[in-house]
Amino acid sequence: MNRREFLKVSGALGAAGAMPTLLGGCAARPLPGSGKVSATPTVCNMCFWQCAGTLYQEDGRPWKLVGHPDDPHCAGRLCTRGSAGIGAYLDTDRLRQPLLRVGEDQGQRFKPVSWDEAFDFIARKMEAIGKEHGKDRIALFSHGGGGDHFRRMLQAFGSHAYAHPSFAQCRGPRATAFSLTFGEGVGSPDRTDMANSKCIVLIGSHIGENLHNSQVQTLTQALDRGTTLITVDPRFSVAASKSKHWLPIKPGTDIALLLAWMNVLINEDLYDHDYVARHCVGFEQLVEHVQAFNPEWAYLETGLDPALIRATAREMAAAAPASLIHPGRHTTWYGDDTQRCRAIAILNALLGSWGRPGGFYKQEKVDLPEYPAPKPPKPVGDWKQLVQGDYPLVGTGISNKLLEHSIGEDAFIKGWFVYATNLPMTLPGAHVQIEAAAQSLDLMVVVDTMPAEITGYADVVLPECTYLERYDDLRNKPERTPSLALRMPAFAPSHETKPAWWMAKGIAEKLGLGAYFPWQDYSEVLDWQLQKVGSSLAEMQTLGIKMFPRKTAIYFEEGKPVSFSTPSGKIELYSSILADVGQDPLPKYSPPERPPQGYYHLNYGRAPAHTFARTINNPQLFELMPENAVWVNPAAAAVLGVASGDYVQLENPQGRRSNRVRVRVTERIRPDSIYMVHGFGHTDTRQRLAAGVGADDADLMHNVRIDPVAGSTGMRASFVTLVKTGEVA
Amino acid sequence: MRTYAMVIDTRTCIGCGDCVVACKNENKVPAGLNRDWVVEATRGEYPKLQTEFRSERCNHCGHATCVTNCPTGASHYWRDTNIVLVAAEKCTGCKACIAACPYDARLLMHPDGYVDKCTFCHHRVEKGQDPACVSGCPTRCMYFGQIDDRDSEVSRLLRERRYKTLMPETGNRPHVYYLL
Repeated sequence: MNRREFLKVSGALGAAGAMPTLLGGCAARPLPGSGKVSATPTVCNMCFWQCAGTLYQEDGRPWKLVGHPDDPHCAGRLCTRGSAGIGAYLDTDRLRQPLLRVGEDQGQRFKPVSWDEAFDFIARKMEAIGKEHGKDRIALFSHGGGGDHFRRMLQAFGSHAYAHPSFAQCRGPRATAFSLTFGEGVGSPDRTDMANSKCIVLIGSHIGENLHNSQVQTLTQALDRGTTLITVDPRFSVAASKSKHWLPIKPGTDIALLLAWMNVLINEDLYDHDYVARHCVGFEQLVEHVQAFNPEWAYLETGLDPALIRATAREMAAAAPASLIHPGRHTTWYGDDTQRCRAIAILNALLGSWGRPGGFYKQEKVDLPEYPAPKPPKPVGDWKQLVQGDYPLVGTGISNKLLEHSIGEDAFIKGWFVYATNLPMTLPGAHVQIEAAAQSLDLMVVVDTMPAEITGYADVVLPECTYLERYDDLRNKPERTPSLALRMPAFAPSHETKPAWWMAKGIAEKLGLGAYFPWQDYSEVLDWQLQKVGSSLAEMQTLGIKMFPRKTAIYFEEGKPVSFSTPSGKIELYSSILADVGQDPLPKYSPPERPPQGYYHLNYGRAPAHTFARTINNPQLFELMPENAVWVNPAAAAVLGVASGDYVQLENPQGRRSNRVRVRVTERIRPDSIYMVHGFGHTDTRQRLAAGVGADDADLMHNVRIDPVAGSTGMRASFVTLVKTGEVA
Repeated sequence: MRTYAMVIDTRTCIGCGDCVVACKNENKVPAGLNRDWVVEATRGEYPKLQTEFRSERCNHCGHATCVTNCPTGASHYWRDTNIVLVAAEKCTGCKACIAACPYDARLLMHPDGYVDKCTFCHHRVEKGQDPACVSGCPTRCMYFGQIDDRDSEVSRLLRERRYKTLMPETGNRPHVYYLL
């Protein structure tokens, strides 16, 4: 049978417009752009990729956002979310003024207060925490550049604990594994040289659905050139649909496949001898380690045809070194994630792709001096040792560990600043812990542009203006060509909203720490920095982006020695550091848990129309994708008795249920799994579009597997079943 | 007579919907209405599958039944081209064009009482620019140009690649082409 499924994935409201009451006789319409047009440079903040672009206004009204043609992050083309940035500015549900919790109960009652009153309250609470417990007891959770201003303020106060959930809920295992192997990470934007790859292998990475702009652009350019794409995914992802080979792997068995590929490359003598000899250590141990893991063994684990495993290994080898085993980005899956990312790193080393065209290039950014300001004092204690001493290889904060240490009378952490991260939908299955932390903490300050679940727990809510209404730090990201890009206000801040730098400075002044913010307006800092590198704020207000020359070679220079920041100074196939801390020095496979009878693997991912839970309420993007229908294979749908369009609730084995959500019956998912886009299922009714729509995957995660090396939260080991609500299509 | 065509490569379209947002911004299309949209079509059974994404819109037909069926002359060809426009001031909202369009009600009713549709961004074409959807597309899967110019990129692509149009059997001579 040849099943067919048609789906209008966007613009579903097409012809269903309102019926007119007026018949004819309206005036001729002016053509777009025929009025008074103005342009302001910006750096997009709709996701972390930070593309440079231009905001156009016509006759004083916001018109459109367009990518900057010189920008290496977007090459003149913003993505779906970037194009919809005006929706974030115009969202009528934005936070408007500082809010202070009223009463000590758990009800969400807030009163609007002045900025001065909010800062006074925060400063008093911080000083009380300092007096009672110590000045090092306040933690910062941050996603986005504005958090750095709060980090400076907190460090000046004496609190150094911080975490970016983008580590322990996302990139952590990759960063850890690549550092262990090559002595450095993959960076952001990722240093993958797909523009020059002849073979690209995606391991569960759904590029195209995660719309990381230049990644997507270089991947599609590669496809245009005829590059071989190999995609490993239990789901027929968009990338899988573009691939020469799709490997529909059993969930959680990726390491088995990666070991089998190593086995083939080594035993068929397809690896890069010269590269391995010159740059790598531990090859002998690796050879011995992978002997047991031939494709026939891997078949039993992965369900993948041994012939296909061999054929794909040979294709990678034929294209090497322009053969990229993509490291992925969101890598917190099953709790053995650092080991899986290590396996990916090792495969790249066997193919000789690190530092070579078509593999991984060397990034460079602009050497931008710091504005002269006093350095915050050194920390008095070792918060990392106290909070996350079990993970000695992790150099940054682990958000889930900070959360654990915020619960209870004798918890180390007594106060939180939360900048632009909605923790209840970010940390998996953490609702109980977050509620407990909110009870324990003496102070919780939340800074955001939108109300969300986390602002409901806050003592003080500080409304930030959107990126189109503020200056921020210059964008200075490692890239192929170094560049600086300017974000500047196109509009005056709406309501009583303010930029993060202004808030952090204001709180610091209340604490008597104003000397750490020795400027009146952040534009002074930007202008000073720009002058130091031969530009100026005035010039950048015209240019938007400025390119700077590279100082080093983009790839390894043939014949020249290369030094790696590892203990051996070489690429460590066998990790001496992991051996030292009692972890597996070579990647080990352990079979994943299988769902109990009647349950399905909970698989989740991204959609190009949304960034996490942050954009669901954006009116432009909500219109494009208003719900995260749950993908169910027809075989599973038949067992469950559900059809496309029916409403169900998802329920995990502990009885936790989601919002109601529609079913999408599709062949694109395995019969043993369901799939949903992350970010939906908001419960905060102040987001009037997003509230109650779709289901939240993070809330259903009951089996969070902590990675023993990175401390990160494995989020793909949970199971759900579908409960019919009785509402059928 | 100049014939403009849009050529969309289904091999590199990822169905991201940026074309929809770019169009809505550029042309100030009211909330809830769209001049373009994306379709996903999947065939086969797991794991033998094919999925195609298509960005769809008015086909700016060489023989546009919406133009021939418009009682007031509001639906018309722009200058000496195949670009089909609606003159808002002549449109009575009778919807004869919607009924006459074989491409499933691609024309939509603007709240101000006229039928609105894709214009191939003729206001940009006039300035030598591509339509907003084409110039915004992050995967560069969309191309625009004159197919009566043998040297144009769209002509070259249609010479070199396999393609299809939607419902050519209607005889409307659609000018949105999908590379396969």
